[in-house]
Amino acid sequence: MLTDLFYRLRTVKIPVSVTEYLTLLRALEARLAAFSVDEFYYLARCTLVKDERYFDRFDQVFGDYIQGKQTLFEEILGEIPLDWLKKQKELNLTEEEKAKIEALGGWDKLMETLKQRLEEQKKAHHGGNKWIGTGGTSPFGAHGYNPEGVRIGQNKRGQGKAVKVWDKREYRNLDDQVELGTRNIKMALRKLRRFAREGAEEELDIDDTIRSTARKAGMLDIKLVPERRNTTKLLLFLDVGGSMDPHVKVCEELFSATRAEFKHLEHFYFHNFVYETVWRDNLMRAVNRFPTTTLMNKYSADHKVVFVGDATMSPYEIMAAGGSIEHWNEEPGSVWIGRLLALYPNAVWLNPQPEDHWNYIPSISLVKKLMGERMFPLTLDGLDRAMKALKKAQH
Amino acid sequence: MSNARFSGTESYVATDDLMMAVNAAITLERPLLVKGEPGTGKTMLAEEIARSLGRPLLGWHIKSTTKAARGLYEYDAVARLRDSQLGDDRVKDISNYIVKGKLWEAFESDVQPILLIDEIDKADIEFPNDLLQELDRMEFYVYETQQTIKARQRPIIIITSNNEKELPDAFLRRCFFHYIRFPEADTMETIVKVHFPDIKKNLLAEALQSFFELRELPGLKKKPSTSELLDWIKLLVAEDIPPEALREKDSRKAIPKLYGALLKNEQDMHLFERLVFMTRRTGAN
Repeated sequence: MLTDLFYRLRTVKIPVSVTEYLTLLRALEARLAAFSVDEFYYLARCTLVKDERYFDRFDQVFGDYIQGKQTLFEEILGEIPLDWLKKQKELNLTEEEKAKIEALGGWDKLMETLKQRLEEQKKAHHGGNKWIGTGGTSPFGAHGYNPEGVRIGQNKRGQGKAVKVWDKREYRNLDDQVELGTRNIKMALRKLRRFAREGAEEELDIDDTIRSTARKAGMLDIKLVPERRNTTKLLLFLDVGGSMDPHVKVCEELFSATRAEFKHLEHFYFHNFVYETVWRDNLMRAVNRFPTTTLMNKYSADHKVVFVGDATMSPYEIMAAGGSIEHWNEEPGSVWIGRLLALYPNAVWLNPQPEDHWNYIPSISLVKKLMGERMFPLTLDGLDRAMKALKKAQH
Repeated sequence: MSNARFSGTESYVATDDLMMAVNAAITLERPLLVKGEPGTGKTMLAEEIARSLGRPLLGWHIKSTTKAARGLYEYDAVARLRDSQLGDDRVKDISNYIVKGKLWEAFESDVQPILLIDEIDKADIEFPNDLLQELDRMEFYVYETQQTIKARQRPIIIITSNNEKELPDAFLRRCFFHYIRFPEADTMETIVKVHFPDIKKNLLAEALQSFFELRELPGLKKKPSTSELLDWIKLLVAEDIPPEALREKDSRKAIPKLYGALLKNEQDMHLFERLVFMTRRTGAN
């Protein structure tokens, strides 16, 4: 019976091992949690989950497991963008209206309809009585009223039904799949810093040399340690304008905060895609352009390159000459990015768009292909993967 | 298996999940890894467990230069080299130059001790890996004297981490894990009452409210933590500040008293002063 929980945790990619599972069984044998589900929840969490990043996922799986409503949420919850469910308004209903809603049918029917609606609905929705969103009387969504409703992404208020510990989802902020924000920016900094610290040569370790020389009764024995110098040089290309601005700000802050850790960090701006010029000062973009060729001559090939952009545009802007929305470009953007990548093989693209949307936007797939699949979401986890990819030598 | 149970002490408020984690670690004799925001009482926990169970506490505080081997023992080769040149007799016996580490001390203790390995993430990335065998089997081998040191009884090990480095999976697999979340308002009230039993009720209410409002402030660089709240209240009590003085909305004077105990850098101070100024202006209109 517990094996089921174990495997479900593994399906959502929480790294639980057999050792930990056996520890849990041993703890249960020792009667550590015999009397309540809450105790079992705490015990299972401290035994199986070793990182607060996974707490939120654990809560979801556990809640699901205890309810016995399997498979339901793993399919659905991931698909609904949280914004839809962000509380817009609260709803007050009369008794009469409430009775009306009750008439919608049983649980099974409800779930079936939910799946159906999910397929039909394409936009965020608030109020009203059919679509998934907040504050309405539809059975799906949050902060509304429907006694048989399926609560999706609600955290506390609402109609005052009892909420289980794992249902509170208090650890959501700690999940590393969440987009970068002020809360987790510190973690991101640490990751970048670690990235910047590597790839160094060795230097003489005086203490260790003395110690081991003494140990060998005076025979000189030289010891080396990795030098703590930063050798990473980085070029940062940021997409500005429109929807990208808030993300760009986060990225800029992030990288400037780590500036001291890099040997070189230069940033450039582009709009939607890179062409023959970029610019360094966003206010002066009309006059002060920086030719991409000059850039390529100036910065040597051992620079690593990070692009930040949503890559959401018309494919023409990438593939066709004259495709740029700002000016007439003689050569298509794909040629320019090809040149950059040929010179700087260590490059990644960070994309603030949620990763599971990428396949539906042609220009994203296109850029991803141009980048040699090295596109990563702008989340802690994505940043981690991006840094790993940058560290690997590309040929 | 040990029968001791931990259920918080009169000076330490433990939540249910924390108690469960500690008891699991005590019963199954495996290390407990504790993470959490700074100032939520991670290090305190080990002290309080030791106190409530009446066991000795051994603290091993980790720095960036700490090597795992130092927890076991150190062979002081330099001292031996010096002694040999001075013709000291001690030099003939190598065991004179073996310095015991904290782990060795814990293994040798007569009663089951609490071993605190504090801020393990400060150490080198290989540090936890180097301790795997020792923490698992609770024994190690001293090469210089060719003896095996085995724990008389498995110590209760509490490990704290500030999340500066990720710990290796193999290490995590051997521990229980607990994340100390920032306490909610009512837990916080209990914590403060434990530390200041005679505090005036309305002062406490006002102080807690300002404290949580302050934490909600967007854009703070460093949010005040539990230990800072306790310091602040200590100051408030010492200065005998009336609760009304904390009600910032009415006070037309300066910003609320002694906020320096809560906000630790000037940007935050500045941001806060500006916000107070703005609310006061809108309040006046």
